[in-house]
Amino acid sequence: MTGRTVTGARYGLRDWLAQRITATIMAVYSVIAVVVFISNKNITYSVWRDLFAQGWMRVATLLFAASLAWHAWVGVRDILMDYVKPAGLRLALEVMVLLTIAAYVGWTIQILWR
Amino acid sequence: MSEAAVKTTARKSRPKYLNLQALLFEIRLPLPGWVSILHRISGAMLFLALVWLLWMLDRSLASEAGFGKIKHYAGLWPVKLSLLVLVWAYCHHFCAGIRYLFLDLDKGVDLENARLSSWIVLAASLALTVFLGWKLW
Repeated sequence: MTGRTVTGARYGLRDWLAQRITATIMAVYSVIAVVVFISNKNITYSVWRDLFAQGWMRVATLLFAASLAWHAWVGVRDILMDYVKPAGLRLALEVMVLLTIAAYVGWTIQILWR
Repeated sequence: MSEAAVKTTARKSRPKYLNLQALLFEIRLPLPGWVSILHRISGAMLFLALVWLLWMLDRSLASEAGFGKIKHYAGLWPVKLSLLVLVWAYCHHFCAGIRYLFLDLDKGVDLENARLSSWIVLAASLALTVFLGWKLW
């Protein structure tokens, strides 16, 4: 156990790979979303509501949110590992970030399936 | 290297410590470095803005009145400006991210192509921001 800290990376390929896979999922969703928004001339409330009422849109958006959650976690953790050196403070911040991300995912589900 | 160049290099004081002055005025960040730090800054900005964006999505889908309010709110110039900055952050993060995926595949890792792709990322993200800003408003 030399030099291993609880607030460090998990020493594996998993997060590195997850960062790239989630990025690709979000990129595909983004391109589709932009095309949908541009092809709709005037977005009224009913257009907006009906778009998010469709099953595929809800699932795709949830997939986007889940990807974003994992992607943001890896990214923010990288930033904290680079700039926040005291292990206790870093751990506290990491826990806060994780809880925040979990809350955001819960909120997103609530928004999509209200 | 010419003899004069060797002399200039030798006269530089070493070691060089990183401090704010050095970072701001003495060390020139190469172009791919700018893309890199902007990738990090834009990512952090997007994460911090998530709560705001989620709130707007929430209100806009909640009711017709909520949608109208958000539409009006998004038209106010400080909100518009902030959203435009976030659109840029998204576009930059997107373009730079694609560049990194290519670098991961060992494509464009030589200096010339790395510089060229950095220019492309910076220009493309600005162009996309202008285009999306124009389309959205």
